[in-house]
Amino acid sequence: MNKTINQKAWFFVIPVFVLVAFNAIIPLMTVVNYAFQETFGNNVFMWEGTRWFKQIMLSERFHASLGRQFLFTFIILFIQIPLGIGIALTMPKEGIGVPICLVLMSMPLLIPWNVVGAMWNIFALPDIGFLGHSLNALGFDYNFTQQIGDAWFTTILMDVWHWTSLVVLLSYAGLQSIQPAYYQAAEIDGASRWAVFTKIELPKMKKVLTIAILLRFMDSFMIYTEPFVLTGGGPGNATAFLSIDLVKMALGQFDLGPAAAMSLIYFFIVLLVCWVFYTLMMRNEGNQ
Amino acid sequence: MAKITLKDLSHSYLKTQSSDADWAVRNVNIDWNDGGAYALLGPSGCGKTTLLNIISGLINPTKGDILFDDKMVSNLNPVERNIAQIFQFPVIYDTMTVYDNLAFPLRNRKIEEEKIKSKVHEIADMLELSSTLNNRASGLTADGKQKISLGRGLVRSDVNAIMFDEPLTVIDPHLKWILRSKLKELHQKINRTMIYVTHDQTEALTFADQVVVMHEGQIVQTGTPVDLFEKPKHTFVGYFIGSPGMNLLPCELKGGEVILNGKKIETHKKVKSNSFKKTEVGVRPEFINFSSDGIPVKVLSVSNTGRHKIVDTQSESGKIKMIAKPNEDIPSGTAFLNFKKEYTYAYGDDWIIE
Repeated sequence: MNKTINQKAWFFVIPVFVLVAFNAIIPLMTVVNYAFQETFGNNVFMWEGTRWFKQIMLSERFHASLGRQFLFTFIILFIQIPLGIGIALTMPKEGIGVPICLVLMSMPLLIPWNVVGAMWNIFALPDIGFLGHSLNALGFDYNFTQQIGDAWFTTILMDVWHWTSLVVLLSYAGLQSIQPAYYQAAEIDGASRWAVFTKIELPKMKKVLTIAILLRFMDSFMIYTEPFVLTGGGPGNATAFLSIDLVKMALGQFDLGPAAAMSLIYFFIVLLVCWVFYTLMMRNEGNQ
Repeated sequence: MAKITLKDLSHSYLKTQSSDADWAVRNVNIDWNDGGAYALLGPSGCGKTTLLNIISGLINPTKGDILFDDKMVSNLNPVERNIAQIFQFPVIYDTMTVYDNLAFPLRNRKIEEEKIKSKVHEIADMLELSSTLNNRASGLTADGKQKISLGRGLVRSDVNAIMFDEPLTVIDPHLKWILRSKLKELHQKINRTMIYVTHDQTEALTFADQVVVMHEGQIVQTGTPVDLFEKPKHTFVGYFIGSPGMNLLPCELKGGEVILNGKKIETHKKVKSNSFKKTEVGVRPEFINFSSDGIPVKVLSVSNTGRHKIVDTQSESGKIKMIAKPNEDIPSGTAFLNFKKEYTYAYGDDWIIE
């Protein structure tokens, strides 16, 4: 193949390169810089090698927050994905109900993160909040600011409320794109409702569900604002997920080196899980 | 396995109907004989698919009855009616193998695995799918997928009818011909009623013994391909079938005679005078020849297709196309045309006058 030499083409690449450099590469490299050195300010750095990484990998505090993070992410995925598909299946397919449902579903997604946290904080307050007060009135001993179980319950409920809509909207889009002929053929083949779901709807939703799971994994794994406003990571460290713990370490204790190392490990975990998951889901797509 | 009868059938997708145009299908009365090969022919939007879905039970008609062998089935679902239907786009179950796809309708009916196995292999042989039985169905080409759709209809040996809704739309042209002859061959082998919906006259005429022509929700004519060609009962059949279609010229009816621009035209029968809003005389280009006396026309152009010449002429009442033999001399300038009496028909408000 003959390539045309045209050095002017570089001018078209430069804007993107500058943009990506400033919003991704340079900040990330700064973190890398901190992760291998010790600093006491005034731009004085001392080489530390892999010390911070070893320290983080062996730290019980990191293990604990990583464990909490995985537990939280698995629980919300386990609730939100089936619930989202279920709601999408029951939504109307045509008529005036469609826009009404879509708008109602989009509402939680439009609310800013810290507003969600503040809303749920007030909503769940055991003395004056509607949820907290009602639960106590019903005889449950509920106090999310003091009891670990209640704190988890409230955080998960808040996340389900905030983000299930995203799964619903994606699943609904996937369902709407299935041609009516598939349902008609299944009817003629005598397929049960369950067979229609497992043999037609789920396989046809595979791509949107992959996206939904990836988005929900990434977002929930990096969750910060809502639990920070709701529980502040407490009681104790019970709801201190990775981001909350990281901010405490970096800005609270000013341990910049270990915090930088933790950021990189955190980043690679997200990258690795997403890559493995995506590769597994898409491995049979090539022959279609 | 059954004669299918449609009685006074009408269907509308609207809640209230004020004019004929609000009906997708109207006043359909037809018998589909057991074992027949039928084509349902008509342009897009004429109600073919609606009619097909009514027979299979996917749509409940607004009015009218459906009978299988004189037994009312109007309230039965597609499974109870035991119908097979093949759709425009191949419908396959992506996650299953070809074998599982073919076995699916039988498994849903709780048939023993042993019987399923022999039946699936029999059908796979018939459709030349045997070598791909263990492959994932999603990896097949469009024609392979459409064969699976067809196979899922064929595995049930007791189906009342197999219906095709433009099944060759997504198939490559050179494979269309092969699949179409395959269908014809299958029909002879299994001897089931087949109803084939299409807007392509070649497909309809080659596949079917009986062609049912639909126009604006109505059945305008049912007959063999030859009937439709030689004696169209509706002007729509005249110009939809045949290439080029029938010539239709506005005319007058006086005392049982057809008068075209002041000149008497002989038709296959004397017409009863009646009050019509619109009267036309129709004749196919194949049944027109040049003569020394007749309808005066100006020859506009001649195109040679190899097999014959198509001559465009202009008469006082409108353009007339005629077909001449390839070696025939075409007069230039003014000429006279003669219509073959036995193939010339008068139409009142689009329907033949007899």
